[in-house]
Amino acid sequence: MADQTLDAKGLNCPLPIIKAKKALKGMSASEILAIESTDPGSVADFAAFCRQTGNELVSSEQSGDVYNFEIKKS
Amino acid sequence: MLDSATDGSNSKSMSIIVTKGTLDWAYPPFILGTTGAAMDMDVTMFFTFYGLGLLKKDMNLKLSTLGNPAMEMPMMGKHMAMPNIIGGLPGADKGVTAMMKSMMAKKGVASIEDLREAAVESEVRLIACQMTLDLFEIKDTDLIDGVEIGGAATALEVAGKTDINYFM
Repeated sequence: MADQTLDAKGLNCPLPIIKAKKALKGMSASEILAIESTDPGSVADFAAFCRQTGNELVSSEQSGDVYNFEIKKS
Repeated sequence: MLDSATDGSNSKSMSIIVTKGTLDWAYPPFILGTTGAAMDMDVTMFFTFYGLGLLKKDMNLKLSTLGNPAMEMPMMGKHMAMPNIIGGLPGADKGVTAMMKSMMAKKGVASIEDLREAAVESEVRLIACQMTLDLFEIKDTDLIDGVEIGGAATALEVAGKTDINYFM
């Protein structure tokens, strides 16, 4: 269960990443941020974002036109 | 940045020289700058020549199809390029600028104003070129708050220490 949810649907690169970073900033370590996006590029971008920042990409799934991500704050 | 220092991640730094000030050319530096900051990088942007306009409080960015044969706009399922002779007519730049801005808003692309605000918020270091201020008679009071003033030596000192250096 996510501690916080971010609706990034309809937003294009780089807004989902920037908004996710902003949300993570206000969260505590080990909390989970769930993100919904419609940007196909966000699949590769959230993986890269997590590798670079050390946050854990817990899940990355697609359902229809929506991409769902869960990021655990490091 | 503090975040990367405390979470033990691989901290990188980036510097970008920004030389162009049209609506289209404003995007690459601000997209990479804000994304770099979001990825815990230390980011410095050095604005020179026409790029300096991107630091003005009053930013009214424009676009031209002139001299840009690669520019094709989607239109009714096809792509349309504008011949220079049409792009040079009065009002053509205004029209294509309005078209681009509305297309961007429709597709959820951030405005440059929003990206610049995100850059300021995420503590991207913004440096305005002193020589350009003198050359084009721009006052530092015309620029947004928080901008530093510097020259080539300042830009190179930063570039020498950063992992990624871009010229745009």
